[in-house]
Amino acid sequence: MLRIENLEKFYPTGDHALKSVHLEIPQGQVLALIGPSGAGKSTLIRCVNRLVEPTSGSVFLGDLELTHLGSSDLRHARSRMGMIFQEYALVERLSVMENVLSGRLGYVGFWRSFFRQFPQSDIDEAFELLERVGLDHMADKRADELSGGQRQRVGICRALIQNPDLLLVDEPTASLDPKTSRQIMRLICELCEERQLAAIINIHDVLLAQMFARRIVGLQHGTIVYDGPPEDLNPQVLTQIYGEEDWEATIEKVKDEDQELDSELVDNVTKLKPVS
Amino acid sequence: MPVRELADKKIWQRRTTRMQFAAWFGWLLGVAIFVYCWRLISEKTIWFFVQDAPQQAADMAERMVPPKWSYMEQLWIPVWDTINIATLGTLIAIIIAVPVAFCAARNTTPSRTLVRPVALFIIVSSRSINSLIWALMLVTLIGPGVLAGVIAIGLRSIGFCAKLLYEAIEEIDHSQVEAIIATGARRSQQLSFGIVPQILPAFAGISVFRWDINIRESTVLGLVGAGGIGLQLDASISTLAWTQVSLILLVILATVIVSEWVSARIRHAII
Amino acid sequence: MSELATTRRWKRPPFIQNPTLRRGLWVGAAIYLALAFGTMEVNWERVAEGTERGQRFIAAFFPPDFVSRWDSIEEGIMESLWMTITSTVVGIILSVPVGLGAARNLSWRPVYLFCRGILAVSRTFPEIILAIFFVKLFGFGPFAGFLALSVGTIGFYGKLLAEDIEDMDPVQAEAIKAVGARWLQWLNYAVQPQVMPRMIGLGIYRLDINFRESAVVGIVGGGGIGATLLTAFDRYEFDSAAAILLIIIGIVMALEYTSGYIRKWVQ
Repeated sequence: MLRIENLEKFYPTGDHALKSVHLEIPQGQVLALIGPSGAGKSTLIRCVNRLVEPTSGSVFLGDLELTHLGSSDLRHARSRMGMIFQEYALVERLSVMENVLSGRLGYVGFWRSFFRQFPQSDIDEAFELLERVGLDHMADKRADELSGGQRQRVGICRALIQNPDLLLVDEPTASLDPKTSRQIMRLICELCEERQLAAIINIHDVLLAQMFARRIVGLQHGTIVYDGPPEDLNPQVLTQIYGEEDWEATIEKVKDEDQELDSELVDNVTKLKPVS
Repeated sequence: MPVRELADKKIWQRRTTRMQFAAWFGWLLGVAIFVYCWRLISEKTIWFFVQDAPQQAADMAERMVPPKWSYMEQLWIPVWDTINIATLGTLIAIIIAVPVAFCAARNTTPSRTLVRPVALFIIVSSRSINSLIWALMLVTLIGPGVLAGVIAIGLRSIGFCAKLLYEAIEEIDHSQVEAIIATGARRSQQLSFGIVPQILPAFAGISVFRWDINIRESTVLGLVGAGGIGLQLDASISTLAWTQVSLILLVILATVIVSEWVSARIRHAII
Repeated sequence: MSELATTRRWKRPPFIQNPTLRRGLWVGAAIYLALAFGTMEVNWERVAEGTERGQRFIAAFFPPDFVSRWDSIEEGIMESLWMTITSTVVGIILSVPVGLGAARNLSWRPVYLFCRGILAVSRTFPEIILAIFFVKLFGFGPFAGFLALSVGTIGFYGKLLAEDIEDMDPVQAEAIKAVGARWLQWLNYAVQPQVMPRMIGLGIYRLDINFRESAVVGIVGGGGIGATLLTAFDRYEFDSAAAILLIIIGIVMALEYTSGYIRKWVQ
């Protein structure tokens, strides 16, 4: 689905953010990208949809090479990749509905979007998605009236209405409380499974990564130092990724919490599901 | 470091000795410049008149009361003109200021090397020339009247509105725009979905703010013949009709207070 | 439920919810514009004549004539600069007590109302009207302009100072009070550090405004470059006028550049 080859990024400040990164993600796989702040996680996913221009290397979405696309082709490619942001990045003064519909901008002409005349099919889908995340009654609220968890759900709707092949998720839980974080991660993973979407999720919370992703990639100083299943994360690996620290507690906790959470999981899922 | 060690005691000072000298020198220089300027002004002043001033003021005040209320009939149209000058001028200004601001903002300008300097130059030249001077020019060019006033206010306000607006554009939250870019939106759509909603409140605030200022400024444009209540003020002063002058001042005061109230209400409603 | 959902329409909710009010405002705006344009008397012949003069005026910028009126230009500019500096300094010094008095959290009620009154009056009248009266009282020349600009500065600076003091962090002020500082010490240690950076920036900004205003008080006899400019226009000496305008723009740009630099340095 997505293939990253030899990706390099130098910032004008001289930072060498990515060092020859190779990564391949098959369809339907949810991958968690962990690593300390400044490891290059954000740069990596931004290089995929070229919000940050990579210095060299190539990125393939399916068979399409992205790094040399012209602006119109790039827009087209971007509309195939949904992105979910750390601080939600909703346009705060637009309504929830407008925010969701903005995910269709890649498919709708300027004047149509300017007068908010989106095709009825888009509006139907927007309502369906909002219903799916439990926010359809909020459609005409302004985005800045929502709570953090609600905003992130709108962000998810905006990404999904693009009908993407791939989700790029940048620290989706960084500004949320622990419970909402789990709900959001669960929602993202469920939706990926339903739609057979591949996803790269940047996340600094090792616990959450282990809980929800089936593949973990550890990034350190722009280099991939770990790539494997969550079960194989051990203190040595974490030390390699994050540096010296007492990791036993973290890993123990994951195991405990996993069991504890299973029961909580059940009622949360029912809460999130639409009442149909 | 302002801490020195002297005979194993630590001495703390707010500034190092050198900085202390620099500060003293700065103050000295400032005072010297001020005194020099003051001397030059004083040379050009006839101090006899200044000594005489309190008596003159009392005299003038006496001649100003009571205001000649019956003159009000002739003031309604000038007041209407004054408000129109301010409103239409502001309207023209914001229509032109919006594209200029987008060209001047670093993050939206089509070209940093060609378009941005031109936009910045428009802003600076419009801002640095007072509306009264614009009016003076326009009266010479297109003749006295309200039209000259409207254009003068418009020209002066372009720079003001565009400057504040482009600063607002530069201060927007880029992550919101980034999110719109990531959906594959074209540039025009990025503008209308990512940037415009963010600057709309600032835009409304700036327009109302400038309108308020313009009411004040348009009251004096008549002094150079550009219409509005200033014409009557000029005429009354030159014929020494002090009771009319005091009425006009009261009317200006009232207009300004009302416009301030209106703009406060509008700003409150928008934001 | 899902069938219902597929036929759901969506329209952007209008900014003003009440439809009568919304339409009323549109109609009102249209009527106002029609009236405003309708009552505007324009002598189109005179305007048409102006286009030719306008061309001459624009041509006068290439090149402007700095030389033939240089003496009076120089004198006017120097007067403007002196006025700017002295009126800014005096205005700011005078506005400090007024501003302190007009801050609700510092002063007691009668003083507060009195100071607010001073600020309101000095802010209402444009500097140019003040200048007219000062010229009548003190005679022609820069002294009248200086006074007008000083009063304008008091209104501007005093109001912003008062607002800034009202917005300061009360916790820091309380902390200094709690150590037993007397009133002046409290001002120096609690209030001044909080308002100073912004006030320095605003002072420089006011210097900027005063220079621009000093260019117009001359039109009513208050000294400065304005008188020279007025004469140039009256005599249709557009090339001298262009020179003066360019000098004004240049000085304002220089001031703005330095003020931006100083503000960055202060903060």
